[in-house]
Amino acid sequence: MMSAADLAAIRLTLELAAVTTAILLVIGTPVAWWLARTRSAFRGAVGAVVALPLVLPPTVIGFYLLLLMGPHGPVGQFTQALGLGLLPFSFAGLVVGSVFYSLPFVVQPLQQAFEAIGERPLEVAATLRAGALDTFFSVVLPLARPGFVTAAVLGFAHTVGEFGVVLMIGGNIPEKTRVVSVQIYDHVEALEYAQAHWLSAGMVVFSFLVLFLLHSRKRGGVR
Amino acid sequence: MSPAAAAQFPGAGIEARFRLAWPGFALEAALQLPGRGVSALFGHSGSGKTTLLRCLAGLERATDGYLAVRGEVWQDDARGVFVPTHRRPLGYVFQEASLFPHLSVRRNLEFGLKRVAAAERRVSLDHAIALLGIEPLLGRMPERLSGGERQRVAIARALATSPRLLLMDEPLAALDAQRKAEILPYLERLHGELEIPVVYVSHAPEEVARLADHVVLLRDGRVLASGAIDEVMPRLDLPFAHDEEAFVVVDARVAGRDERFALTRLEFGGLPLWITGLDAPLGAQVRARVLARDVSLALAERHESSILNVLPARVVSLDDASPGRTLVRLDVGDHALLARITTRSAVQMGIAPGMDLFAQVKGVALLR
Repeated sequence: MMSAADLAAIRLTLELAAVTTAILLVIGTPVAWWLARTRSAFRGAVGAVVALPLVLPPTVIGFYLLLLMGPHGPVGQFTQALGLGLLPFSFAGLVVGSVFYSLPFVVQPLQQAFEAIGERPLEVAATLRAGALDTFFSVVLPLARPGFVTAAVLGFAHTVGEFGVVLMIGGNIPEKTRVVSVQIYDHVEALEYAQAHWLSAGMVVFSFLVLFLLHSRKRGGVR
Repeated sequence: MSPAAAAQFPGAGIEARFRLAWPGFALEAALQLPGRGVSALFGHSGSGKTTLLRCLAGLERATDGYLAVRGEVWQDDARGVFVPTHRRPLGYVFQEASLFPHLSVRRNLEFGLKRVAAAERRVSLDHAIALLGIEPLLGRMPERLSGGERQRVAIARALATSPRLLLMDEPLAALDAQRKAEILPYLERLHGELEIPVVYVSHAPEEVARLADHVVLLRDGRVLASGAIDEVMPRLDLPFAHDEEAFVVVDARVAGRDERFALTRLEFGGLPLWITGLDAPLGAQVRARVLARDVSLALAERHESSILNVLPARVVSLDDASPGRTLVRLDVGDHALLARITTRSAVQMGIAPGMDLFAQVKGVALLR
């Protein structure tokens, strides 16, 4: 059965994924909107940066975030000047790392949803007296709703499955930064295979259910 | 504004000048449109008519533009004025269905309406619904509507914003003939019942003939001609007159009927024009179409002919643009008619400008 430490790791993982997803939806929406609509020369560069976590080893992201947020990094000096202390080896640091790590999983579905809407509904809204912000909330958001669901589910699930970044910037502090994937690693290291099975099988089932729901919804519900 | 333009539609018209250059296309148009009735922007695809309409709406940003609608300036680049589309009191009907798929018909209709200040609402939602006959559709989602129904909802939705200018981009082009026939009467009702000027883009002469009061002919992004429909259509220097289906329209009054032979007598400029059928009510204003190929010429008024309408005419000008055929522009009463005859007949009859003769009209179609 699961220990108290296992349950704490599960709770922490879900909290991390929830906070990360919420933040990603807020900052990912304008980024995706800009990427979908801009004719700027920076479009390619920004799109590539957003997609970087798809190809980079998590250790690389973790390594640079560690340097940036550490006592000598610019972000670290900034957070210290604000009296917030240092982010590495804290829950807040994990959130920052996860936001970077899961960024493409939120931005890309949103960008595709926005691109699929096209120019016409926006023009129609303008001829019906709706300004840009009004149009975004009354037309774009409802039409892009499937994209938002996909983005939120993928962002959440991908954060749950994160390991390398956490290990690099979060360490392994019980109830603060020890998430499920790290807990499994510890169990295996300690040869506690039964414990490792409980959590690992749980992850498999969770991931399967998420992807199953996403895919069955897509097939039936596209309109 | 040039003095001539100011005099043409004083204060109440639409004055527009747009200059816009894209790779492979340039729009350079200046025009004055009347502040009421239907103005048709007519031309082939690529002539710039949709671009011009989009400039009127502010959906396309002409680099050098001026637009005033009934005395209100919407764009004046010389003074840095550009009113964005959503602040222009206009209605726009797109070529293809443009209803919001996530909203029911009723909520589509309310979308624009609720964004218009109560004090500026002149067309009630009920009136718009009744005018387009869409009462039974209100609860449906757009995906459950036919193409024609969607377009009627889109027109009602535009009307419900009480626009001061209604822009329509080939609203019938995506529909089959049956759907077109279903919508045209509604468009004619708009024309009759509302005081909103309409700018209507079309490449279909029959739509122009039925709906338009004013015609703007565009080619390669330039205005070839602009004027009242009965002035522009008979002009021999324009491509209309040389079309296989060339025609003129005659706005006339229903003056009498012959019940025994099921004939109706129209009157225009003091001359009678008989049409078959008894459908039009006495006293009504109607529009008839006379095709150039249905008009032949005779030097004497021949009573023994089977042709019903023989009208005294004077030759204004001739043009033999196509081999073997001659177009003759006639003055009949105060109207212009076109006759298309063979060049041999024209030569044998010695037809020349200023000559008095008789126009035999073989067919007259009632348009509305």
